[in-house]
Amino acid sequence: MRALAVGCLLFPLIATAGLTNSYVRIPGGDFTTALKYEDALGAVRIAPFEIMRRPVTNAEFLAFVNAHPQWRRDRIASVFAGSDYLAHWPAPGQLAPGEQGAQPVTRVSWFAASAYCKAQGARLPRWLEWEYVAAADDTRRDARSDAAWRERILGWYARPASRPLPRAGAQAPNAYGVQDMHGVVWEWTEDYSALLVASDNRTQDDPERSRFCGAGALSTLDRENYAVLMRVAMLSSLAGSDTTMVLGFRCARQGR
Amino acid sequence: MKRISLVLFSIIVAASAVGAAPTPIPLPRDSVYHLAAQFTDAQSHRFAWSSKRGQPQLVSMFYTSCKFVCPMIVESGKVIEQSLSADERARLGVTLISLDPKRDTPQVLARMQRERDIDPARWTLVRPDPLDVGAIAGLLGIRYRALADGEFNHTTVLVLLDADGRVVARTEQVGGRPDPSFLAAVRRTLSP
Repeated sequence: MRALAVGCLLFPLIATAGLTNSYVRIPGGDFTTALKYEDALGAVRIAPFEIMRRPVTNAEFLAFVNAHPQWRRDRIASVFAGSDYLAHWPAPGQLAPGEQGAQPVTRVSWFAASAYCKAQGARLPRWLEWEYVAAADDTRRDARSDAAWRERILGWYARPASRPLPRAGAQAPNAYGVQDMHGVVWEWTEDYSALLVASDNRTQDDPERSRFCGAGALSTLDRENYAVLMRVAMLSSLAGSDTTMVLGFRCARQGR
Repeated sequence: MKRISLVLFSIIVAASAVGAAPTPIPLPRDSVYHLAAQFTDAQSHRFAWSSKRGQPQLVSMFYTSCKFVCPMIVESGKVIEQSLSADERARLGVTLISLDPKRDTPQVLARMQRERDIDPARWTLVRPDPLDVGAIAGLLGIRYRALADGEFNHTTVLVLLDADGRVVARTEQVGGRPDPSFLAAVRRTLSP
């Protein structure tokens, strides 16, 4: 009897193991970002962390919305998401039949993505963490100096956004064992609004030129790394309540 | 049977009396007070951001160790206040929220309040919980980045919230002269 009960308990765990979005441990290291900040030139130290193997799917986000109905598209406060939030779902608590559940969730705002990760005891990855993991190809942790690899990544950005999204987690994992850093969706980062693409100026004469307090704006960029620059340009143009058809997310957390 | 109906009747009456108790008017969907952020002020009082509901607020983010633009944020707030009538001034609150809650303790906020001659009756300097800083900045449209040397790089913005916490106006023009359209929005919002 006891064996049977244990068997019943174990079965659902086994059945769902392949579907859950596990975290991959990322060792820390020194990293030279493609973004050149005046205050942090040269390599920066990345602390060890964990990141989701693949982007969060529609089915996973639906489960979150069901558990936290204040994030349903018909209930969400408009300060947290614009009117296109989850607009691709046929109803506020329902997905389209077929592939949609397995596709990465998009049309989520930064607030909604942050709330999802918080409910998981996690957070959104910081830009540097995202860039660090995204620098890897399937065998090397830093493939960025390989022009052929950079071209391959850029090929995805050239494809029309109107194509249906692929399933999350269908691409080969990179050297860390993480999937879909390129080629599926764009992703929110915790510090999207820290990507200050403007020159610093403390003079008060011209309001246009005094937007930032303190030094350290993003002054120059590594122009070789065009795919990364497009991500930065996109993220830096967004407000936290914005949503787009190709912008999703994954979560990260401190290394354990 | 009669007795049971009487009991039922009194229960229904009691229940509807409870139901008739004044219910708070729900926040509008575009109110920043939907964010459940808690603040600590210079007197170490802890309160919900949403408790500022009921009075229009001039809001900005700052950090006390900032040498350049942040003192100007305080000056800009004062300039707006000085441009108002005494009646208008009494109806406006000012909330300055720290970007640097690790270092801006209540003691540090109290010192800034003294040194910058800030009236605690109308102004509240607060430290939010570190995990809420990004969301507050996002709601106010303030972009910021922590620098390697402990300073912050951030946009300097004054935001006007109406009594329900809706963003009515914002200006990035800080300094000695008030932004005329922003000041007009403040007056409109304060008009009874």
